[in-house]
This record gives sequence, structure tokens and C-alpha cells, in this order.
Amino acid sequence: MAARVRALETILTRKGLIDPAAIDVIVDTYETKVGPRNGAAVVARAWNEPDFADWLKRDATAAIASLGFTGRQGEHMQAVFNTDETHNLVVCTLCSCYPWPVLGLPPVWYKAPPYRSRAVIDPRGVLEEFGLTLPRDKKIRVWDSTAELRYLVVPQRPDGTEGWSEAQLAELVTRDSMIGTGVARGAA
Amino acid sequence: MNGPQDLGGQMGFGPVAPEKDEPCFHAEWEKRALGVTLTAGAMGAWNIDESRHARESLHPVDYYASSYYEIWIKGLETLLKRHNFVTANDFAVGDAVDPAATPKRVLKAENVPAALAKGGPCDRPVAAPVIFAVGQRVRTRNFHPAGHTRLPRYARGKEGVIDAVREGYVFPDTNAHGKGENPQWLYTVVFAASELWGEGADPTLEVSIDAWESYLEPA
Repeated sequence: MAARVRALETILTRKGLIDPAAIDVIVDTYETKVGPRNGAAVVARAWNEPDFADWLKRDATAAIASLGFTGRQGEHMQAVFNTDETHNLVVCTLCSCYPWPVLGLPPVWYKAPPYRSRAVIDPRGVLEEFGLTLPRDKKIRVWDSTAELRYLVVPQRPDGTEGWSEAQLAELVTRDSMIGTGVARGAA
Repeated sequence: MNGPQDLGGQMGFGPVAPEKDEPCFHAEWEKRALGVTLTAGAMGAWNIDESRHARESLHPVDYYASSYYEIWIKGLETLLKRHNFVTANDFAVGDAVDPAATPKRVLKAENVPAALAKGGPCDRPVAAPVIFAVGQRVRTRNFHPAGHTRLPRYARGKEGVIDAVREGYVFPDTNAHGKGENPQWLYTVVFAASELWGEGADPTLEVSIDAWESYLEPA
């Protein structure tokens, strides 16, 4: 595959159809600039500011954009909030839809058949494979991203974090907790 | 289409294998695959729905044997041939041999940040009023189109409830085939697991999809 991609890039470059330097910028963007730290900042802000949390519930695209996170595969955002009663889980059974501006590029498992096939029929089994066991009576809501809405799970704020700064709180927010395959780290 | 991409509820793929501290890319070629896919898409010859359909039109054996970036590259090759940017001859030689169609634009490095920040919004005004209201019971249509659709098989012919009325969005089933954007109202529809999976379904589970209006009928 490496040779095949190299040949493709060569053909397109020699025909003047693509700029290889543009590829470098794209790669650098997703390797170093856009990733789950963005989403963690959104969640931490929502934990600390009820007004922001309300805004995030009503209009996630605008609320997230106010922190500077916009663009490709995040044009239309919806935030879903975990509660004592309900745990949210996001999947794309049909391809790999994922909120890039807040989480970066999706991990391999998110795009692979085991997760895409089972998240909608056996989410508890899937969560066990991530080391997450939910109480038997906890409701699970799975969001299958079949259109252009991109979902961000807002995990529950861990106990014992009263008075923490947003920067401290963001350290507790893992990528998986914003997909729903995990929960936020506990306060140490 | 009832293609290999439509995975919800399929069995036999084994456990999920989360990778600890997974890197952004697993090989150098994956970086170039991402970039080539995005920069080629920026030529403006096809839309996201056509590119998804190119990927899901891979032979199932090929689709399941391929990593996701491999699927992207194979889909991209189809699109580049279809739109006359690269010929079979070019691919055979591994170099630019034949002339190419003229792209609408070429994405230059200096324009990448703005292009990524802008993205490609798919919401569109819809003149017609919405048909369904939040809380209303609806049934998804039971159809099996040969072309592209975003109504997964596991959620066809199922009764659910309108959970949210979204905005108007480009209709993928026509947009993927060069038949226009034909925007429709989009709804989030939620189903009890028992409706989707029948006996033995998890009683604590609800699953929602985002469904275009023409996927739905009153229940």
C-alpha cells in the first residue's frame, strides 16, 4: 500500500492536481494541532460554567466554535450529556463519522468492523472490552451517526473536583470518555 | 446499498481491540493517504456522499480485508478514474501519462488551514414545512436501494419516536449519484432495542439514527 499511495501522489502532483505541501500541512494539523485536548477543553468549560453547558446543549456548534474549534467533520455538532440515569455512546455503523475538530482523527478501532457492528446491539459487551462495566439498571443511549451531525459525549464530572480550574478538569477528560467508551478519570 | 459498510448488528468480527496510547498514524503512507484523499477531494469534482459510496462499493471481500485508509485509497482511485483525472494507463505505469480533466480548484498549502476550518457544511434551507414533530411515533421505510443510502438495514421498517427535529440537510441518496442535493428535513429517531433486535434485546438500551424525512412514515 505504501508504494500504491506514493504512486498516486506522484501522478496527481505531476498532473498539477494536488500540492504535496498541502498534504504536509494537513498531516501536521491533525498530528499536532487538532485532537482530544480540544474536546476536553469544551467539557471542562461545561463542567465549570452552567451557562456554557446550557449553550452547549442548545447549540453545540456555536458553543464549541466560541472556543475556536470549527471545521471539517464538525460543521454540525450535537453534545449529549451523561447523567446518573443514562450513559451515551457514539458510533458510526456505516462508515467512520467522528467529530474531528474536538477529537481529532478517529482511532483505528472506531473505524473497524468489531466496534461498528456491535455498538448498536451489544454496547455493554463492547464497554466491557474497554474495561467499563455499567450498573445493570443504567440506561444506555447509542447515537448512530448516520447523517452529518457529529456527536460529543459530555461525561459526568468526577466527585471531589469542586473548585478545580478548567485546566485541571480537562486533564480528567479522556478521548474515550467523549465517545462514551469510557468515563472521566477520577480525581486523584 | 446493502453493502459491506452496513455493519450495525453484524456478527463474527470478534472483540474490539482498543490500542493503548494509539498514535495518530500507524505508517507514513497513512499520512499521505489522508492528505491525498483530502486534497483530491478539494478539487471539487465529487462530494462526500459520492466518496462514501465509492468506498462502500468495494467488493465485500476487499472491504473487510482492508484497513480504513486502504478503503479510502481504493475508493479514491475509483473516483479519480470516474472523473477522468487518472486513467488505467496512468495507474499501470505509476506515473502521469495521460492528460487529466481540469479541476475546479487546487488546494495550496497556504489555504489548508482556512479550508479545514471552514469544512463543508451540509445544512440547506428547505421550503416545505416539517412533517413530523418531537414525540411522534414514526416507522422507517423498508427499502433496499441499489444506490447509496444512509438508512442502515438494522433500522429499516422499524417503529421509533422522533427525538429531535434537526435542520434541512443535503439528501445523500441523490447527492451521491450526481442527482442533486435535494435537501430534506433531518430527524433524530430513537428506537427501543427490543424493536430493533427482538428477543433478548438489552432492556436498558435505546439506539438513535439521524433520518431524512423521506426515510420516515407516520406509524
